[in-house]
Amino acid sequence: MVDPFITSFTIFVLAVFVGYHVVWNVTPALHTPLMAVTNAISGIIIVGAMLQVVDINGSELSVTSVLGTIGIFLASINIFGGFLVTQRMLDMFKKKKK
Amino acid sequence: MENLSAILYLVAAVLFILALKGLSSPTTAIQGNRYGVIGMLLAVATTFMVMDKPVLALIIGAIAAGGAIGAWKAKTVQMTGMPELVAAMHSLVGLSAVLIAVAAIFHSGVEHTAVQKVELFIGAFIGAITFTASVIAYGKLSGKFGAKAINFSGQHLLNLVLALSMVGFGVLYFVSDSHAAFLAMVAIALVLGVTLIIPIGGADMPVVVSMLNSYSGWAAAGIGFTLNNPVLIIAGACVGASGAILSYIMCKAMNRSIVSVLLGGFGAETASGGSSDAGGPKHYKSGSAEDAAFLMGNADSVIIVPGYGLAVSRAQHALQEFAELLSEKGVNVRYAIHPVAGRMPGHMNVLLAEAEVPYERVQEMEEINSDFANTDVVLVIGANDVVNPAAQKDKASPIYGMPILEAHKARTVIVVKRSMNAGYAGLDNELFYMDKTMMVFGDAKKVVEDLVKGGGH
Repeated sequence: MVDPFITSFTIFVLAVFVGYHVVWNVTPALHTPLMAVTNAISGIIIVGAMLQVVDINGSELSVTSVLGTIGIFLASINIFGGFLVTQRMLDMFKKKKK
Repeated sequence: MENLSAILYLVAAVLFILALKGLSSPTTAIQGNRYGVIGMLLAVATTFMVMDKPVLALIIGAIAAGGAIGAWKAKTVQMTGMPELVAAMHSLVGLSAVLIAVAAIFHSGVEHTAVQKVELFIGAFIGAITFTASVIAYGKLSGKFGAKAINFSGQHLLNLVLALSMVGFGVLYFVSDSHAAFLAMVAIALVLGVTLIIPIGGADMPVVVSMLNSYSGWAAAGIGFTLNNPVLIIAGACVGASGAILSYIMCKAMNRSIVSVLLGGFGAETASGGSSDAGGPKHYKSGSAEDAAFLMGNADSVIIVPGYGLAVSRAQHALQEFAELLSEKGVNVRYAIHPVAGRMPGHMNVLLAEAEVPYERVQEMEEINSDFANTDVVLVIGANDVVNPAAQKDKASPIYGMPILEAHKARTVIVVKRSMNAGYAGLDNELFYMDKTMMVFGDAKKVVEDLVKGGGH
């Protein structure tokens, strides 16, 4: 039985390679939208925050669930803000594409 | 159920990778962004599916509130303010990583294995450093704290002591399971975020923002390890790699090593001018905007080198209007972008795109550098160090070795500048004193508006 950490670590290392190669192909003109969209993508941390907001021993409000809720709030700012501002910038590049 | 959720998370991760891949060209980028949004929706929906007894009111309320703020910010932010927005968003990821780690520690009834404890420790401290460092970076970028580098003796020793005590508390938590030790570790990491960033000057901020971009990714990946959640690990790793690449590109463009940026001090020391000939005041020619408009109107080819000064005086739109006038006369007009022309990677491209400059008219340094020698007129506007020939010729210059736009090779150079004062790096620029160079003094916007008037005839 492989330790779950090893599985996670395998995924991590491969993902770093994929990220590395994909990002080198990003055109320098779009580096600012790249940063904005990676901001949105790092909002994926919302998943970790959501998992904390559960009923624990019959109590909906605990240190854990409150901290998790704040985490969800912060990550949502990133997700909505990141994707929308990326969209806004990309639209600027598109307009004059003809 | 578990298998299904794992598959759905995998699909979400692939969609994120496609979102990044789309950015290889502006035509595919919009579709890429949609993939990113779908990936996020899928990941959140899957999480709802696997959760045992979720507190829906809290979760949905938090998403709605955060989403509203995020959407409002995205709509209202000025394009010149993008670096601040991005820095602020990095801080949010960092803080939320810290909160999740602390929440997990306080999750009663959950025992953490040794490996998980180490993972929590790593996720929390990277998150904490990202959080406070980004707040400081935000403050420096927005001018709230002053962009100056703050240096004091014993700085590096202090950082070392902080880092060691942080690890010390981490070990204490590991052996004793003490919540207090974990919180102390987080508190020290928060302080460390501040002390690491204050010695870095304003000129190096593009590197710092890229680096924090990377950290925010690693923080997310760290939390992914704790929760054994592959989508967090994959997305975090991609973001981490992306930020690292951008930091590298920025460092190369400024001819700085990442170590010297991190140790700080650039922009604080006034460079002792390398190329000063010590002999009397040097001569330069100056002319009016009308002269400049006349020169460019009669040229076959013009390359515009925009710098951040252009954006500061909000002259991009007027400049594009002038470029249109020239094109109508049959002049081949292009823009040459240095990688550090703005305040973050790709910033100048966005500022020009906002002014409706056609994408194909904007070229990167490597693409266009060989064309300067065959160009009639180069218009340098709001830029200085990125066209300083000393970077190629003067081994004593602090910017020697930095890649530059070879404006000095063109037949005629027109430089729009407020005064003869030195640029960011505090260096004199021999380009301004060449025989073929004409200086046009004044605020960039005022000068460009005069160019438009002059170009109309």
